[in-house]
Amino acid sequence: MIAIIDYGMGNLFSIYNGLKRVYDRPMLITVDNITDIASAEGVIVPGVGAFDDCIRNLKPFSEALIEVVGSDVPVLWICIGMQILFDASEEGNEKGWGLIPGDVVRLPANVRVPHMGWNNLHLQRHSELLDGITDADYFYFVHSYYCVPSDDDNTVATVEYGVELAAVVSKDNVYGVQFHPEKSSKKGLHVLSNFVGVCK
Amino acid sequence: MLAKRIIPCLDCDFGVPGGRVVKGIEFKQIRYAGIPWDLAAEYDEQGADELVFLDITASHERRETMAHVIEKTASNVFMPLTVGGGIHRLEDARRAFNAGADKVSVNTAALKNSKLVNDIARRFGSQACMVAIDAKRRYVRSEDAAREIIETKEGKCWFECSFYGGRKFTGVDALKWAIEVEERGAGEIMLTSMDRDGTKDGFDLELTSAICDRVNIPVIASGGCGLPEHIKDVFKFTDASAALAASIFHYKEYTIREVKQYLKANGIHVR
Repeated sequence: MIAIIDYGMGNLFSIYNGLKRVYDRPMLITVDNITDIASAEGVIVPGVGAFDDCIRNLKPFSEALIEVVGSDVPVLWICIGMQILFDASEEGNEKGWGLIPGDVVRLPANVRVPHMGWNNLHLQRHSELLDGITDADYFYFVHSYYCVPSDDDNTVATVEYGVELAAVVSKDNVYGVQFHPEKSSKKGLHVLSNFVGVCK
Repeated sequence: MLAKRIIPCLDCDFGVPGGRVVKGIEFKQIRYAGIPWDLAAEYDEQGADELVFLDITASHERRETMAHVIEKTASNVFMPLTVGGGIHRLEDARRAFNAGADKVSVNTAALKNSKLVNDIARRFGSQACMVAIDAKRRYVRSEDAAREIIETKEGKCWFECSFYGGRKFTGVDALKWAIEVEERGAGEIMLTSMDRDGTKDGFDLELTSAICDRVNIPVIASGGCGLPEHIKDVFKFTDASAALAASIFHYKEYTIREVKQYLKANGIHVR
């Protein structure tokens, strides 16, 4: 089973249906069935919204999620989910989870904000999450802040929008994608399918 | 590099069982175009970047139909979906998001109660809050300090916001309104030229540029698209982030793939 954390941040309908296309046992996890997370072979933390809301709404899940991260089960953090992996964000006052060292900052003033639409990746290093994906593949982004990992080794792929910013990060069993795989048509489902592969 | 987006718009009549796609000519005459989720799947296959569903017959009973159409589409098509028409309250927005929509578009309700823009942006995020502006040229002879006057090829004019699907006018200056909705938290503007809508004469480039110059959020140009060349022009001569069209795709005059090939050949960056 792959668990999708339902913490009131974003479009669960799409991530659930998207995952279902490539995997037969997705399960929504709320505070009511949180103990089921122990049997998950992978976990997805979706996300749309603001940094502080995300941190606060995830609080009831934090203990269980930290345990999952510590147990080597792969966890995929999407969009704002990826941003809270870092230490802090210019968007909010809450402390980030600090699972990947670095900060989250506002997009530069010379581009329209949010960064909204389809953009292509620049692969920086190998990761199973992006198997079969090339620099010519486009993904759907929508965000106003971006992650700046302090260790370049954690950056799997970047994307150009005013600056060259982190699009995909990973560290051990923690994976973050700034784009929305569940909104990125066939290539997005391909990435979800890769994540399923990582989980098995 | 961020690609320019091509967005087919599905003008939906949710007053019939299951809903159907129609296309208005200058916001009045209506023609039948197809089943919403079938068209959505076809557009996905052709490489559409997003879809906009506009409920042109919005009323209370029909909201269930809208939710059904979005659910059916979102379970099969994995790209951003916007719902417009009939979003009057936060509750309407919530219903659309629960059905699988990623953004809602507000026009009439926002012009009547501008705080709705703040409320949607605060609750669901700016990225989910699109404001539709339907603007019509009002030519003037002399300067008017209360209006943002633009010099166009046809003469000096300001742009008036309309609402109720183009049936009523507000007196509100569209250029000022665009700035205000950005301040209130809108994440995107869908800008329709009432002068061009349904004419197939091309986008109103002067209107589109005037709005793009005044806001820092993405602007979707709409109204008047009849040829791939029109889309090329709106990207070449304005800073629009996306182009929206309905009839040229619905009636299969051009496929989205053909349009994108044409744009690529003409140096426009598309997916």
